[in-house]
Amino acid sequence: MHPAPSVIIFTTMSGLGLGLMVFLGLGFLDVSGFVAFVFVAIAFALLGGGLLSSLFHLGHPERFIKALRQWRSSWLSREGVLSFVTMGLFGLYALLWIFWDMRIGWLGLLAAASALLTVFATSMIYAQMKSIPRWNSFLTPAMFLLYALAGGALLAAQSYVAGLLFLLLVPLQVIVWVVGDRAFGATGSDMGTATGLGNLGKVRLLEKPHSGTNYLMKEMVYVIGRKHAAKLRLFALVFGSLLPASLLLFFPHSMSIAFAAIAIHLVGLFAQRWLFFAEAEHVVGLYYGQR
Amino acid sequence: MTTLPQSTDKKLGLVIDLDTCVGCHACVISCKEWNTSNYGAPLSDVDAYGGNPVGTFLNRVHSFEVKQENKPAQVTHFPKSCLHCEDAPCVTVCPTGASYKRTEDGIVLVNESDCIGCGLCAWSCPYGAREMDALEGVMKKCTLCVDRIYNENIPERDRVPSCVRTCPAGARHFGDLGDPDSDVSKLVAERGGMDLMPEQGTKPVNKYLPPRPKADVEEIDVLAPFLQRQDEEAGGFLGWLDRTLEKL
Ligand code: SF4
Ligand code: SF4
Ligand code: SF4
Repeated sequence: MHPAPSVIIFTTMSGLGLGLMVFLGLGFLDVSGFVAFVFVAIAFALLGGGLLSSLFHLGHPERFIKALRQWRSSWLSREGVLSFVTMGLFGLYALLWIFWDMRIGWLGLLAAASALLTVFATSMIYAQMKSIPRWNSFLTPAMFLLYALAGGALLAAQSYVAGLLFLLLVPLQVIVWVVGDRAFGATGSDMGTATGLGNLGKVRLLEKPHSGTNYLMKEMVYVIGRKHAAKLRLFALVFGSLLPASLLLFFPHSMSIAFAAIAIHLVGLFAQRWLFFAEAEHVVGLYYGQR
Repeated sequence: MTTLPQSTDKKLGLVIDLDTCVGCHACVISCKEWNTSNYGAPLSDVDAYGGNPVGTFLNRVHSFEVKQENKPAQVTHFPKSCLHCEDAPCVTVCPTGASYKRTEDGIVLVNESDCIGCGLCAWSCPYGAREMDALEGVMKKCTLCVDRIYNENIPERDRVPSCVRTCPAGARHFGDLGDPDSDVSKLVAERGGMDLMPEQGTKPVNKYLPPRPKADVEEIDVLAPFLQRQDEEAGGFLGWLDRTLEKL
């Protein structure tokens, strides 16, 4: 799949913002007044910025409000509804916290649950796609949730919790890649089933339908070099989780360590998300001779 | 509504004969012509006369080669448009309800004024049957020529999809696949019509008729000997003609 910057920014930023809301909602971080405001502002900026960036992905962003209608069937619609609900609940919780120094437990809990559900809904947009075998797994929501929680803990200055979550993320990420590499083969789809000609012999593409390219090829038949991908994976693993985990667990906690961990994690997270899209093969590629 | 109907009164769709399709792309052109000037936004082209033309099409023809060991390769032209699936994932993923399946005839359509152009439905279609229009920013797909098949303003014989009407080889058939007595259903039963990628669980309404088995003849190229180059010293009548003309 084409790794569109708008979607990469959206999933990473909104994930971090929602993760931060989870920890603030659960009552972590013993601050008040202006400091509380700064943390709340960061959470809103991340979520809002992410949502805004996702609008750039749309052909008709001005109609986005219509996307809240089909929450009964569509994960994208659920994600939209849930992000507004989360903003409302968390906004109320934050207002009371910042101005009256009241942290209402049950309200925070609701906001945290809603934030987690939003991340889950985002991940299900990808995980529901049967046509994209690498994504079509419960590992996709697991991965999105853990990234959001680890990043959120880090932003909420919970160094120890964040360190542990990043440590958990290392094996999960490796499993996601190993299982993902086998997913396409496991579907049984090949050029034979795509054309229905498989029982007549070995099928290969003789001519594309056109000499140039098209929307489908640009959007869904994105090819990245194997070697390239292997290097990026290592990079994403080291920067995205391994290094932040080591920094947070084995070094004395300090502001500079936390900031370094955030910066390193961000770089790794972008690489990880870029790979998430770039490596995902769509079965439509079979009609264009891919695989 | 983006939920799928439990069942539809009819299952209108196409039956495509891979044995007779000659790969002329006439259906591609007639589909584009009809659909760019009728239902919904036109099908745009970008850089149409330049070096890198890209455009929106609702129907495309691929060509595949099938080969068995020690047998000659067989070429199959493969037209592909929306299969109007019964379990259409492109309908349920749509956040706005723009993508829907009609209860009366099972046609899958996009209500373009509701479409936000998120592209999710195109992601969910295993067959690549939906294309986002680059200029309009809305999703385009085969409408089964819904504005022809019920259109009382055109002669009755034209009330079939444009691609079906155009195909010079008669490789495209249109009808109700929900009715076991319809011509298309009989054709499917007779020729062993098949689903594309049944493992995707989409239950396509459109069916494909497989190429008929080719007879195993040793030498099928009867014209080849006559087409060999005969540069030097042709004999017989041609040689005589050649020599006579040279003398003039
Ligand atoms: S072929 Fe694709 S676009 Fe058409 S109904 Fe099936 S899934 Fe939807
Ligand atoms: S592109 Fe349009 S029709 Fe397709 S899912 Fe998005 S809103 Fe629905
Ligand atoms: S039925 Fe109409 S819209 Fe569909 S492929 Fe044929 S000509 Fe195009």
